[in-house]
Amino acid sequence: MATRPITRNTVIPGFTPTLGYTVFYLSLIVLLPLSALVVKTASLTWGEFFATVTAPRVVASYKVTFGAALAAAGVNALFGLLVAWVLVRYRLPGKRFIDALVDFPFALPTAVAGITLSSVYAANGWLGQYLEPRGIKVAFTPVGIFVAMTFIGLPFVVRTVQPVLEELEQEVEEAAACLGANRWQTFRRVLLPELLPALLTGFALAFARGVGEYGSIIFIAGNMPMVSEITPLLIITKLEQYDYAGATAIATVMLLFSFLMLLTVNLLQKWSRRHAA
Amino acid sequence: MSSSAPSPSRTRTEPAPVRWALIITALLFLGLFLFVPLAAVFAQAFEKGWDAYLAAIREPDALAAVKLTLITAAISVPVNLIFGVVAAWAIAKFEFRGKQLLITLIDLPFSVSPVISGLIYVLLFGLQGWLGPWLQAHDIKIIFAVPGIVLATVFVTFPFVARELIPLMEAQGKDEEEAAITLGASGFQTFWRVTIPNIKWGLLYGVILCNARAMGEFGAVSVVSGHIRGSTNTIPLHVEILYNEYNYVAAFAVASLLALLALVTLVVKSFVEWRMRELS
Amino acid sequence: MKTLRTIATLAAAVLALATPLAAQSEVNLLNVSYDPTRELYQDYNAAFAKYWKGKGGDTVTVKQSHGGSGKQARAVIDGLDADVVTLALAYDIDEIADKAKLIPANWQKRLPHNSSPYTSTIVFLVRKGNPKKVRDWNDLVRPDVKVITPNPKTSGGARWNYLAAWGYALKQKGGSEAKAKEFVTKLFRNVPILDSGARGSTTTFVQRGQGDVLLAWENEAFLAVNELGKDKFEIVVPSVSILAEPPVTVVDKVVDRKGTRKVAEEYLKYLYTPAGQEIAAKHYYRPIDKKVAAKYAKAFPKVKLFTIDDTFGGWKAAQKKHFADGGVFDQIYGPGK
Repeated sequence: MATRPITRNTVIPGFTPTLGYTVFYLSLIVLLPLSALVVKTASLTWGEFFATVTAPRVVASYKVTFGAALAAAGVNALFGLLVAWVLVRYRLPGKRFIDALVDFPFALPTAVAGITLSSVYAANGWLGQYLEPRGIKVAFTPVGIFVAMTFIGLPFVVRTVQPVLEELEQEVEEAAACLGANRWQTFRRVLLPELLPALLTGFALAFARGVGEYGSIIFIAGNMPMVSEITPLLIITKLEQYDYAGATAIATVMLLFSFLMLLTVNLLQKWSRRHAA
Repeated sequence: MSSSAPSPSRTRTEPAPVRWALIITALLFLGLFLFVPLAAVFAQAFEKGWDAYLAAIREPDALAAVKLTLITAAISVPVNLIFGVVAAWAIAKFEFRGKQLLITLIDLPFSVSPVISGLIYVLLFGLQGWLGPWLQAHDIKIIFAVPGIVLATVFVTFPFVARELIPLMEAQGKDEEEAAITLGASGFQTFWRVTIPNIKWGLLYGVILCNARAMGEFGAVSVVSGHIRGSTNTIPLHVEILYNEYNYVAAFAVASLLALLALVTLVVKSFVEWRMRELS
Repeated sequence: MKTLRTIATLAAAVLALATPLAAQSEVNLLNVSYDPTRELYQDYNAAFAKYWKGKGGDTVTVKQSHGGSGKQARAVIDGLDADVVTLALAYDIDEIADKAKLIPANWQKRLPHNSSPYTSTIVFLVRKGNPKKVRDWNDLVRPDVKVITPNPKTSGGARWNYLAAWGYALKQKGGSEAKAKEFVTKLFRNVPILDSGARGSTTTFVQRGQGDVLLAWENEAFLAVNELGKDKFEIVVPSVSILAEPPVTVVDKVVDRKGTRKVAEEYLKYLYTPAGQEIAAKHYYRPIDKKVAAKYAKAFPKVKLFTIDDTFGGWKAAQKKHFADGGVFDQIYGPGK
């Protein structure tokens, strides 16, 4: 096993089998297939690799993809927390129905999501007809990419924050109130630290999902080179030319970016938990 | 009042104006990004009336797609559920070095572009790939057949349950389990009686999300499916075919089947709540 | 242990479902094709099954698979068991011969007419009444005209669009390679949205109401007009266009392994018979059979056509020069332009 337990005298059993199974299944389903990607990329020389992954159009696509994903994950973190809060804490007619609808972006095939969003936000669509005359163009611009990523990432934050919020013990809040804290103080000092790890997880997952997203975006982005072309589309473009090595090279870079980003968020989360404790 | 929303005591809620402002903002956000697209799907599905809707979802190719999708979900959700619980136990209940790295690796399939998640299986099992020639010699089909579709779906939905449970179980700590064990309960008893009731909501959300994604996955499955009508098309792929045939009503009708999954969520959640109340 | 057993049972169930039913005096063919041919082959498969049964052959079931031409070719290279491929351009089939050696390099010589049983061309689809007065290729570079076409790097149809425009510019008085490049660059400056496939572009133009002109296959344009509203769109035929030849071939390695060579070959040959040609013509593909062509002459507008072989020196050369990474198309979209 790669990791050595520092079991800190816990009495809970099952460390070796659970971690063993986790590592085994992870290797089989994720690491082994992904290694195929890296091996394929290795058929390029370093020079070819750098030329492929730093071509101006590819770099422009990184900016669009990662920028839009970051913005979308940020919006989702803020509003997802709010939605989870409203769904858990408040009385509201039809609340259960709204709650159930939150998963809808996952269930909807991404291509349908893209088609639907572009039909809603195009100049002749339900929302587009009001936005476009005001100079807000959404469909077929980079804003469209942001909208699609927000849509597909929406359930993540809500669904990671929601269970933590539901399990939160009310004594803490009541104690804070007894000690004279107002609601905002209670939220900031007591609730937010409790919710932060889940919130960060949701943010990271929404971000990661947005970066990789392809199906829904191509229908709403317009796909103009240097402007609204996302990185996964460039990978497809390479594949169309039977350039598997080039495609996997870009994919590897994306994977590395996302890995570092996720690792940062996860470390941040650990830190925030220790900070809260 | 549902058990998931504790009755508001004065110390645990906000003044009415703040409450309403929050509710309205949340609804506006959901409206813009969720309700309107959802309504658009159903509006287009029913554009030509109820009969056209029924005809579209009763068509043999559509039924074949539904069947394949259900099979795929029936396999990928349980295997990822088991993994999720096991991984969350290992990560949340024990301290070890490299934990954050492990969590990050579990997250990784989220960030892999669906295009790539399909491609890696082509690189492994395709005719030009590592195992392709051997598989063909033994007449075993993986990609462009059902096993490939299942594999790609398992990969794509891999992190859901684990990622739902890890933050939840970490937030809860391990005091309760330790107490149970000290009092003489076995590991499994502790898990069933102490842990499961504590993580029920997270587990449920994880399964629901995992299932939704398993049924709705398009990109990865599209790469490994081969698009053979009536045999390797899942619901999302069938929707794409209909759409590309300019059969917009049928496309949205079949897509709306997946949207109806949300209603299943509703039923399952209500059932779990009811069971929990019965038990307590 | 229990979980492992569950997984094993489930895996067995999948494998059982995945194994195709054993064929008895019943032949299954898989035709891997590109997007616009679904309606054509749906009709044709039924007709062929009837014809083959009538000749005393087995019951034939032809399964269809459709998608972007390049993507479909890749699937065959990676092991999709296609008995026959019917794709948008010869280059994609060349790649199957080249990369996977599933068919001989001279595949295109095996059937008449470059192995293309039907042809098509590139035309314009405009909104009813032609409000922007688009008559020919040179109208597409006017600053007030917005053109919708898919991306030539991801769509076979779009490559025909691009080459048709290039050929037009080349064949004008004083035309040259430099002039053609300038013309095509100007044309793509008028393209606001590049979808990844032909049907995606049609939807953008028709449903989303984007752009003034859609560049499309002739058969796609006819289909779009008939399916989506005769009162909303009309077809404009330019003075000159490209002769698009979508080729077909048997995939030798697959049919020999499956033992389906005879039926597969007959399946393609039947496309060349008057009956097959009629079906093609009904789906707006130009028939190559003289008699059938004469019968449907009125349906297909007369247009001067040039071929990829005499204008561009074949697909391999065209692909390399125009669509490969760093090629002319990439230069159009180079940074800072």
